[in-house]
Amino acid sequence: MDKVVQNAAEAIAGISDGMTLMIGGFGLCGIPENSIKALVKSGVNKLTCISNNAGVDDFGIGLLLQGKQVKKMISSYVGENVEFERQLLSGELEVELIPQGTLAERCRAAGAGVPAFFTPAGYGTEVAEGKEVRIFNGKKHIMEEAFKSDYAIVKAWKGDTDGNLIFKATARNFNPMMAMAGKITIAEVEELVKPGELDPNFIHTPGIFVNRIFQGSSYEKRIEQRTITK
Amino acid sequence: MLSKEQIAQRIARELKDGYYVNLGIGIPTLVANYVPEGMDVTLQSENGLLGMGPFPTEEEIDADLINAGKQTVTTLPGSVFFDSATSFAMIRSGRVDLTVLGAMEVNENGDIANWKIPGKMVKGMGGAMDLVASAQNIIVAMQHTNRAGASKLLKELSLPVTGLGCVKKVVTNLCVMDITERGFELRELAPGVRIDDVKAATEGKLIVEGDIQDIRF
Repeated sequence: MDKVVQNAAEAIAGISDGMTLMIGGFGLCGIPENSIKALVKSGVNKLTCISNNAGVDDFGIGLLLQGKQVKKMISSYVGENVEFERQLLSGELEVELIPQGTLAERCRAAGAGVPAFFTPAGYGTEVAEGKEVRIFNGKKHIMEEAFKSDYAIVKAWKGDTDGNLIFKATARNFNPMMAMAGKITIAEVEELVKPGELDPNFIHTPGIFVNRIFQGSSYEKRIEQRTITK
Repeated sequence: MLSKEQIAQRIARELKDGYYVNLGIGIPTLVANYVPEGMDVTLQSENGLLGMGPFPTEEEIDADLINAGKQTVTTLPGSVFFDSATSFAMIRSGRVDLTVLGAMEVNENGDIANWKIPGKMVKGMGGAMDLVASAQNIIVAMQHTNRAGASKLLKELSLPVTGLGCVKKVVTNLCVMDITERGFELRELAPGVRIDDVKAATEGKLIVEGDIQDIRF
C-alpha cells in the first residue's frame, strides 16, 4: 500500500492544537528534523510531546518550545535547554519526568496492545506516587500504563513506499516503539525506495505500523557532544 | 586521597572477563580507560549500543553514533545496535553484570539519591531509576563529602531517592566500602588517608573491622 506523502507539511496534516505527539530521538540523534520544522511553521500549539529529551535551544523540540507551542513535555531528561528551563520556572510549561526504560516500555506497550505493565523502576521514589504496587518474585513493582498519543513522528534511515523502515546506528533509539504506538504514525526517511529494494531480513519496523512516509531533505544531524580521539 | 582517575582505576579492578558493563556519566565513564589488558569487557550504552568503542577520530565521526552522554563514539567488532525498549530489557532482566554510577548521596541501607535537588532545575533521571532498580551489582563512584565538607554517606538521605537498597559498594576519594545489612563496612583506604578521616567524613554507620587494606596502584 502506497503511503507516500510529498513533504513534511503534507505529512503533519491533521495535527491540531492540544494533541499528544510522540517524537522519536535520543538527544538530537534520530529526531524527525523535517517534521519538527513543519510543525513550527504550522503554528499548532498546546501540544503534549512525549520524547526522551527536549532538544536544545535552537534545534529539535527546542524550536517548538521557542514558538511556545508545547504545553507539556513527557521526557526522561531535559537538561540541555535554557528556554525550556525558563518556561518551566515561569509555569508556562508542564513537565512529567519518567524513567527512561519506563518511557520506552510505555511506548512499546502502546504499540503492542498491552494496556499496562509492572516495573521495579521508580519503586519507593516520587515516580511511584499514586501507582499500584505489587510484589512479584519477592520484589516490589509499580504499575505503569501504555501511553496514549494522537500521532507518532519518527525518523528512519531508509524506508520504502509501503512504510517499511530501517534505522541507522544509535539513531534507532525510541523510534521503533514510537512508530508502533501512534494512532497515526508519520515516518520521515533519508532515503525512500520502492518495495523490494529493502531486504525483508533487515527491516526493523514493518510498514503495517506506518501511515505516512516521506523523504526528508537537508538533514543537519547536529552533534551535541562532539568528542574525538586525538 | 584518590583523584577521579584513581577512583575509576580502583573500580576497574572489579571488572571480570566476560562482563557486560554499563558506565554512567562522569567518573564512571573513566573506568573504560582502565580495563585490564586482554580482558574481554563489553560496554552497554543505554541509548542502544552494546560493544561501545573509543571516541572517534575526526574522520570517523558519525552523528548517528553516540553514547548515552550524547558523545560521539565508535563501534568495535561484534558491536550491536538496538532500540531503547530492548536496551532496558537487558537492564531490567539482569543481563548487565556491573553498573557504575555517580551519586549525590548514599545511605547505610544502600539507598541512592542522584537525580534531583529540590529548589534547583530538575533535569530528570534519565535511565538511572531503571538501572538502580534492576542491576544486581552496582558500584557508586563519588566524592566522600560535598564542597562544604558535609558527608554524602548518610544514615538517611536528605535528597529525593532514586532507588532503594541497591548500592553494594562505594568507591570514594577516601576509601572503598561495602554496604551490608550492618552499614558501611570499610575495606580499603586511599593513600595518606587514616581510618579517623573516614570516620569523620561518614555520617552513616561505619563498621571498621578486620584487615583494612591500602589501595595501591
